[in-house]
Amino acid sequence: MKMSNMNKSNMKKLFTLLAFLPLVALASESEITVKAPIDPTNKESLQRGAHTFINYCLNCHSAKYMRYNRLVDIGFTEKQIKDNLLFAGEKVGDTMQVSIDPVEAKKWFGVTPPDLSVEVRARGADWVYAYMRGFYRDSTTPTGWNNTVYPKVAMPHVLYELQGEQALNHETHQLELVKPGKLTPSEYNTFVADLTNYMAYMAEPGKQSRKHMGWWVLLFLGVLLVLAKKIKAEYWKDIK
Amino acid sequence: MSDNKIDKKHVSNNSSSNDSLSSSELSFSAPSAVNQQKRNFLIAATAGVGALGAAAVAVPFVGSMLPSERAKAAGAPVEVDISKIQPGTMMTAEWRGQPVWIINRTDEMTAELAKHDDELSDPNCEVAQQPAYCKNAGRSIKPNIAVVVGICTHLGCSPTEKLQAGGDMGENWTGGFFCPCHGSKFDLAGRVFKGSPAPINLVVPPYQYLSETTVLIGDDTKAEA
Amino acid sequence: MAQDKAQTETNGLMGWVDARLPVTSFVKAHLTEYYAPKNFNFWYFFGSLALLILVLQIVTGIFLTMHYKPDAQQAFASVEYIMRDVFGGNIIRYMHSTGASMFFVVIYLHMFRGIIYGSYRTPRELIWLFGVGIFLVLMGEAFFGYLLPWGQMSYWGAQVIVNLFATIPFIGPDLSEWLRGDYLISDATLNRFFAFHVIALPFVLAGLVAVHLVALHEVGSNNPDGIEIKAKKDKKTGIPLDGIPFHPYYTVKDLVGVVVFLIVFASILFFAPEMGGYFIEANNFIPADPLKTPAHIAPVWYFTPYYSILRAVPPIMNSQFPGVAAMGLSVMVFALLPWLDKSPVKSIRYRGALYKRWLAAFVVSFLILGYLGTVPSNVWGQFGSWLGSADRATVVARFFTAVYFLFFILMPWYTAKDKTKPVPERVVG
Repeated sequence: MKMSNMNKSNMKKLFTLLAFLPLVALASESEITVKAPIDPTNKESLQRGAHTFINYCLNCHSAKYMRYNRLVDIGFTEKQIKDNLLFAGEKVGDTMQVSIDPVEAKKWFGVTPPDLSVEVRARGADWVYAYMRGFYRDSTTPTGWNNTVYPKVAMPHVLYELQGEQALNHETHQLELVKPGKLTPSEYNTFVADLTNYMAYMAEPGKQSRKHMGWWVLLFLGVLLVLAKKIKAEYWKDIK
Repeated sequence: MSDNKIDKKHVSNNSSSNDSLSSSELSFSAPSAVNQQKRNFLIAATAGVGALGAAAVAVPFVGSMLPSERAKAAGAPVEVDISKIQPGTMMTAEWRGQPVWIINRTDEMTAELAKHDDELSDPNCEVAQQPAYCKNAGRSIKPNIAVVVGICTHLGCSPTEKLQAGGDMGENWTGGFFCPCHGSKFDLAGRVFKGSPAPINLVVPPYQYLSETTVLIGDDTKAEA
Repeated sequence: MAQDKAQTETNGLMGWVDARLPVTSFVKAHLTEYYAPKNFNFWYFFGSLALLILVLQIVTGIFLTMHYKPDAQQAFASVEYIMRDVFGGNIIRYMHSTGASMFFVVIYLHMFRGIIYGSYRTPRELIWLFGVGIFLVLMGEAFFGYLLPWGQMSYWGAQVIVNLFATIPFIGPDLSEWLRGDYLISDATLNRFFAFHVIALPFVLAGLVAVHLVALHEVGSNNPDGIEIKAKKDKKTGIPLDGIPFHPYYTVKDLVGVVVFLIVFASILFFAPEMGGYFIEANNFIPADPLKTPAHIAPVWYFTPYYSILRAVPPIMNSQFPGVAAMGLSVMVFALLPWLDKSPVKSIRYRGALYKRWLAAFVVSFLILGYLGTVPSNVWGQFGSWLGSADRATVVARFFTAVYFLFFILMPWYTAKDKTKPVPERVVG
């Protein structure tokens, strides 16, 4: 009976939670107004993004559902994958595992960096694009970084050498570049767009071929529809 | 739907025949002979196109039962370092979950291979149990190094190595493999001896030398430049 | 149907089979000599379409089961495995997910057809009851199946719905614990939901569909005029004067409906399988995490009208049970329709303005409640302090919940009082 009492209080908590959820929802829905400038058919952009992802993100985040040899989709050859993209000891058929030990990572960041295979499907490409451009200096956080779309995020700004350092202007609520990085702002935007483009591809590698297939299916069904209508009209001549 | 427009006045057009229904008050009347031809054509056309569609829909379903990308990755070619195999011994590698034997044959062993052809079921390897480039005396790329899948062609047990001549296999044994399940015997090239339950020689997998001491098992295509 | 068999004379191979299995007489009784009213319209496509989707769900389900792992550690990964590593796996998975939502689209339209043309009225009460049973089992299928991808929406959706049972007085807490097989939604829950989803409910569903059809073919189909075509038969042949053989006339007509449906289905499947987050939710791409509830959780769209009703009913004496009971009732109440409707006519064509207004109010309520179930209850802000600062959307939901139930409660009164038009003797198209 003790158990069911506990359940009851759990339940009450749950319903309280349900009642307040909408508020939470609204509060956390940061307004992402900028659309990520990505093009899933641009293979150069996807390849640049793949390099960026593997060189920067894959140190801490895995993409454990993505196989390296799937990258032939975006124009790499198996040899290119083997020579340029794999870490030592990996095979082209392997999935993108993380080099860091998850337990260590949790010690460093307080959380285990999430797997990024389907990140874009969970958060949307626009979010990822805004997030990667949303880091700013904030001395109050453990990492010294904060983010406009993910406040108090545990992740430091990995690309700061490229972007430089931004600060949040508390009057205009705008980000300002206070210390330039290796890339100009527009170069950095393209860099992040390529990365986002790749991550969108990685979230559903079969998307483009699925759409391509769709047109053929619709064409076929169009033909079948004409036939079906003819056969129906022919038979229904009998009906008084 | 357009059915409401179905002509109520033109019934006579269709109701030609001697069909008993057509003269009644019923809501439908049987077709004339001309119509029947058109109908048969339309049915055939629709059925044909429909069958095409059904076949296309079957593709993902049938295909989904093929080895997946994960299975293919797990069954990918394996690289094996053969430098540590002493002459007269062998090692076992794993490829697609099967034992693959790599046997370093001594010169005496290689010479012996040619001497017992009359005891073998298929001494000249006529049955394609090996790639074309291994259809030779030693069933191998290099005469002394044999690469053979260690699965008996009878019922799939893995034979035991009996590399040395004589021993518990009897005086006439010239070295080879013995299957513990049903007693099939194979020589050092994986060829089956007559009188064994196994019908044919052991399989030689596709393989290639990546270097003097490295064999790639499972892939014999030249790497792209 | 006995006389059909007596008339059936076949020879050759078919004769051999027919002597042992009544194939030819079955085909005659249910297709070539099954007479359906000739005036079926658009609304009559959805029965055959529902059957098509049932087959589709079963076939795709079988193939998904070959790769899916009902294990809390592996479920999420196995879905991604299907999406990426299995040949054609993404297509099969999207067929199943799109099929699930389209099943409800089709069933809702099919039910609406039954309502507007009075298909639940005598002598078709049992057909209707079996249909309500199918609807309930389908909701169970959807609920159990939704847990299987083991994403955040799967997890928290199951959490909330199982906890609804916990509000039942006295037995509730123990009941929900029994349903879960654990103190939280866990591997044990996933395993049993999988069993229900792939074995138990499909069997029940197939059985209910079978009796739904047997009962239908026993009394014959209703039609947009709500007239019994069997009342006027040809004197010589005994064939209903307004009836036409189901095959070939309705098979070829349904074929058109099937192709149009497949065009809609393929458009979703290939170009927008998430359907803007209504068919597949973004949060379900985050693996289930018992420690973190997603910011905004709402049920899948086909449950939202009932979910709105749940939220609209305020707790009474500190218990959520009234809301849960109202939600349950809002689904079950459909079963009472045959006995609530006192109108002398069946079809909306011959009903008066009173009924039409109530029906319109019901449809509007259903749609608005459905919409409100997908959004947070503060979506329209709050009323001023004069109304206790209540959420506008909650007040609106309460109003339409009342309308929803009044449609049923007042039905005996307004259907009897309604000024109906005279019903013709024969169907008019």
